[in-house]
Amino acid sequence: MGIPLAYNFRNLWTRRLTTFLTVSGMALVVFVFASILMLAEGLQKTLVETGSYDNVVFLRKGSASEVVSGVERRQASILETLPEIAIGPRGQRLLSKELVVLIALPKQGSDKLSNVVLRGIEENSLLLRPQVRLVEGRLPRMGSTEVIAGDSIVRRFKGIGINETLCCGMRNWKIVGIFDAGNTGFSSEIWGDVDQFMQAFRRSAYSSVVFKLRDSSEFQNVKSRIESDPRLTVEAKRETRYYADQSEMMAKFLRILGLALTIIFSIGAMIGAMITMDSAVANRTAEIGTLRALGFQRRDILIAFLMESLLLGFLGGLAGLFFASFMQFLTISTMNFQTFSELAFSFSLNVEIIYKGMGFALVMGFVGGVLPAIRASRMMIVDALRAG
Amino acid sequence: MLVLKILIRNAFRNKLRAGLTVLGIAIAILAFGLLRTVISAWYAGVEASSATRLVTRNSVSLIFPLPLSYRDKILQINHVKTVSYGSWFGGVYIDEKNFFPNFAVEPKSFLELYPEFILPSNEKEAFLNDRKGCVVGRKLTNKYGWRIGDIITLKGTIFLGEWDFVLRGVYRGRDQDTDESQFIFHWDYLNETMKKTASSWTDRVGYYMIGVTRPELAADVATAVDQNFKNSLAETLTETEKAFQQGFIAMSGAIVMTIQIVSFVVIIIIMAVVANTMAMTTRERIGEYAILKTLGFGGKHIICLIFGESLVITIMGCLLGMALTFPVAKAFSNALGTYFPVFNVETKTLFFDLAAALAVALMAAIIPTHRAIKIRIADGLRRIG
Repeated sequence: MGIPLAYNFRNLWTRRLTTFLTVSGMALVVFVFASILMLAEGLQKTLVETGSYDNVVFLRKGSASEVVSGVERRQASILETLPEIAIGPRGQRLLSKELVVLIALPKQGSDKLSNVVLRGIEENSLLLRPQVRLVEGRLPRMGSTEVIAGDSIVRRFKGIGINETLCCGMRNWKIVGIFDAGNTGFSSEIWGDVDQFMQAFRRSAYSSVVFKLRDSSEFQNVKSRIESDPRLTVEAKRETRYYADQSEMMAKFLRILGLALTIIFSIGAMIGAMITMDSAVANRTAEIGTLRALGFQRRDILIAFLMESLLLGFLGGLAGLFFASFMQFLTISTMNFQTFSELAFSFSLNVEIIYKGMGFALVMGFVGGVLPAIRASRMMIVDALRAG
Repeated sequence: MLVLKILIRNAFRNKLRAGLTVLGIAIAILAFGLLRTVISAWYAGVEASSATRLVTRNSVSLIFPLPLSYRDKILQINHVKTVSYGSWFGGVYIDEKNFFPNFAVEPKSFLELYPEFILPSNEKEAFLNDRKGCVVGRKLTNKYGWRIGDIITLKGTIFLGEWDFVLRGVYRGRDQDTDESQFIFHWDYLNETMKKTASSWTDRVGYYMIGVTRPELAADVATAVDQNFKNSLAETLTETEKAFQQGFIAMSGAIVMTIQIVSFVVIIIIMAVVANTMAMTTRERIGEYAILKTLGFGGKHIICLIFGESLVITIMGCLLGMALTFPVAKAFSNALGTYFPVFNVETKTLFFDLAAALAVALMAAIIPTHRAIKIRIADGLRRIG
């Protein structure tokens, strides 16, 4: 028979202050660990959800993002004749030629300028992006200087709201609607008629051409044909791939930062656990002797102390994850280095992160407890009894 | 002196525990110091920028160019001494991983405006005379093993094609925070090549750099420049170089903020560890404190003993951590040179370290001290273990 778990609970309770301090140290480590994983996850989720798997994006060869890309009108019309384009409800081809420019707008509160994506769209763009939903006002009339703004922009930037005007490119743009694109990058954009934008910003070329595949499996065909066509200098990517690539650098940066921090922090927390367990063993030498004298095996003692330490880790993990789960209500907005524009995303928790955080906490408990537990199990009965 | 001896003896009565605690503090201080250094590296561009230089860019956003003709108009404005211009080239050396900033600039005025880029006069002359020439920072040549006269090829991401440059000079930074990893070349080379391939991109510059005669006139000149181009096709936004750099940091402000918060969290974690150690120490010695009280030592003495012990442990850990910061920061800057061209441990950071350690020592001792002085002599003597 092993030593009952209740023994461990009562021990932890007797040394409340120490237990509390150790657990809170571990909880903080798990909290930081989980938060950073959640941040990287949220960023990737935002950018991956932005794209649709069946959509294909054409950019100028060698450009990593729409901002530096350019597709000339002549090339865009060649792309328009592709047979693989899906047909929309009114018989139109589901393809849109878009322009992306960055404009600097003042942020709410700090008044600091930050870059915002201005996307010139055609009517088809909305059919290609079913995630985009109008929540207020109406859609812009094509051929007019009307625009709609994403809800993340409305919340974070000054002077953006329904019926407000935006002044850039020597024109006034009236905001007639606000759209919600859920958890995607489109929520951080402003949309308006592409031909108006091209005039205003004096661009002669589109930034990208997007279309929906008639049949998802035809992507490889289209890609190889387009990229070997001597008339075209574009490359094709699935929209999901395109957005995933854009989050790569940031997500990698966050992961490296998170990993480095977590390793350093966990060393601190493990030392804390080790100190606690070591003193728990030292204080209870007589108790251990008594337990041994009662007939408990060395193995039982080892397991009992390991359980106690794992229990500490478990409590720490629980507390850390509990507080980390509140982070989901936070939204962070920062510049994506790759697109050079503002992007809002939130912390996102999933089961994998919970497992990782909890596993991490248990490992910390185990590493902290294993040496003291071995020491406890090796004590000689007589010496231990005499120590009291 | 006697007190100090008692404190150290007390602190190391349980060698394992004291050693672990010191190690924990050293690691926390190391982490804190590194995070602070990361933040200061982030701001290095701001620190290095001069107050007498202004940057003019298109008011819509940085991706829109300005016409070359603005140069002469800016020169006519009062108190403007020099005008230089340039474009972000965005070239890639072999692979995207090898990132370094590369600019096309008007070389003569650029070197005049940036005296912190120190270039030997013969190299300077060679660079000015060769339109395909380029000048790079010392760090870059060390990293890629370039030598003067080498041909370096960059792949353009904004301006397509393969671009060959001849390395004509290597600059050193005058100050410690000067970025020694930049790559600059003749704007004319870019412009003349664009004339052949993409004529709509010619005679446009990304930004103007303006040197003013006296720093206190910078704000007036900035307003005058913007006023001059109001209601034109390309309206301008002029600010000091410092403000311009700060704008970049503000855009990634959330990340800086996170690092800042995290650097405090690490201190809180270590506070929990030290408080734990102190709590255990005092719990074990409650009997001793009772004896001290019996002998007539007051609460003050006990406070001194406990706080002193906490201080001894943390200060030792802090010194160890500070000593470790330098080699680790060095390794860090070698590994992350592409992200942070300037990565130096500042003296300010060391003071922050010390302040953090003191805070930890004091905070950690509060509860245990409270317990130790509150206990009555009889209870203290009666208690075992």
